[in-house]
Amino acid sequence: MTAKIIVIDYGMGNIFSICNALEHCGASVCLSSDSREIREADRLILPGVGAFRDGIENIKKQHLYEDILIFKDRGRPLLGICLGMQMLFSTSEEFGFWDGLNLIPGKVVQIPGYGIDEFSHKIPHIGWSGINPAKEPLQAWNNGLLASTQPGSMVYFVHSFYAVPDNRDNLLAVCDYNGLEITAAVQKNNIMGCQFHPEKSGKIGLSIFNQFMRI
Amino acid sequence: MACLRLIARLDIKGANVIKGIHLEGNRVVGDPGQLSEKYYDQGIDEIIYMDAVATLYGRNSLQKMISKTARKVFIPLTVGGGVRSVEDVQSLLSAGADKIAVNTAAVKNPELIKNMAEKYGAQCIVLSIEAKKNRGDGWEAMVDHGREHTGLNVAAWAQKAVRLGAGEILLTSIDRDGTRKGFDIELCRIVSENVPVPVIISGGMGKPDDLKSVVVNGKADAVAMADILHFKRDDLDTIKEHAVQGGIKVRYDS
Repeated sequence: MTAKIIVIDYGMGNIFSICNALEHCGASVCLSSDSREIREADRLILPGVGAFRDGIENIKKQHLYEDILIFKDRGRPLLGICLGMQMLFSTSEEFGFWDGLNLIPGKVVQIPGYGIDEFSHKIPHIGWSGINPAKEPLQAWNNGLLASTQPGSMVYFVHSFYAVPDNRDNLLAVCDYNGLEITAAVQKNNIMGCQFHPEKSGKIGLSIFNQFMRI
Repeated sequence: MACLRLIARLDIKGANVIKGIHLEGNRVVGDPGQLSEKYYDQGIDEIIYMDAVATLYGRNSLQKMISKTARKVFIPLTVGGGVRSVEDVQSLLSAGADKIAVNTAAVKNPELIKNMAEKYGAQCIVLSIEAKKNRGDGWEAMVDHGREHTGLNVAAWAQKAVRLGAGEILLTSIDRDGTRKGFDIELCRIVSENVPVPVIISGGMGKPDDLKSVVVNGKADAVAMADILHFKRDDLDTIKEHAVQGGIKVRYDS
């Protein structure tokens, strides 16, 4: 059965790469900003590249906030990618203080320019990092978005801010950036997010999309 | 330590990938789509398409090529050459590019970097610098694929561009390009130590061991390779093996 996925089009980010990768995985993909399509979607992806404020303002301006909440209550899978994941959180400190969608309690903060080793580091964090389970046992990992991914697999990140969930139970995977533990993926029931870009993470990224279609 | 990013650089002229020496005297080396897919399958981390003549002839011909590649290659794709406006950025992103490299137009109008970064985010905007050693002890930024002088000091220009919003720097040594003599380590170090954003060094990779010195001494965050891959002097597996032996982390697919 072909998985049907709605990718929310709210005017932010490189949605073409996401659509290309999902189609490559055999999904039937539809870009949409239509209320009804989003509310009644089978699976939903919230993409996003750029500034938090612009993203959340665009979502509110197009009245997509309510649609996403209604979708969420149906219990179907939602995946936020990069800024899309950050917007799932309660608040962000990116150039000000902004409210997010509040689907996962927590906040988005800046990656410090100095590591815990006290050396300065390049920001944004651009490149490939290994992702690992945030906690033992591996139950959450083995049953969720990353069920088909080996711990330690490398995926592509590009970001200057990162999310910190209030409840570590929502933390699915982390990566190390110069000694700092950075949230790589989160999951709270049917709400999932990844800071990295599955659509740009080669074969491993494609396998994560395949897993999302099986959930 | 983060993984060193290994990037395949494809200089494009018309429908072909070309390779020259000092950005001149170009030889046709293959088809952009085929080479991209080959390097992707081998495990390259990113791909750069650089239209070598777009600035010269004032045209943009990369869109079709990009959208074809973006359907088959699922790693970051940077595109540059002849990008003049925010509209150019939009059309390249719509074709499937992830990052846009800008050089000549940014030198003419530095505010363009700001306009692009504000609209698409700093992570999307790569400042491309073509550096040529001058008679003193510095490097001059060149434009139009290394053909025209600007009088700009490379390190100062890099700093200014980052303040305006460039999220990454693609630093090409014209002196080393295509020579196989190794990277310009001093050039890389001077830029990398003076900007807070990642630096991709390009030009001169002669052998796999050249990676270690440019990372350790040159502080490179990523390396762009062309000649060494296009002419099959070494394959990516060998390059990665040498990197790992030299204590440098690289990405493996599984």
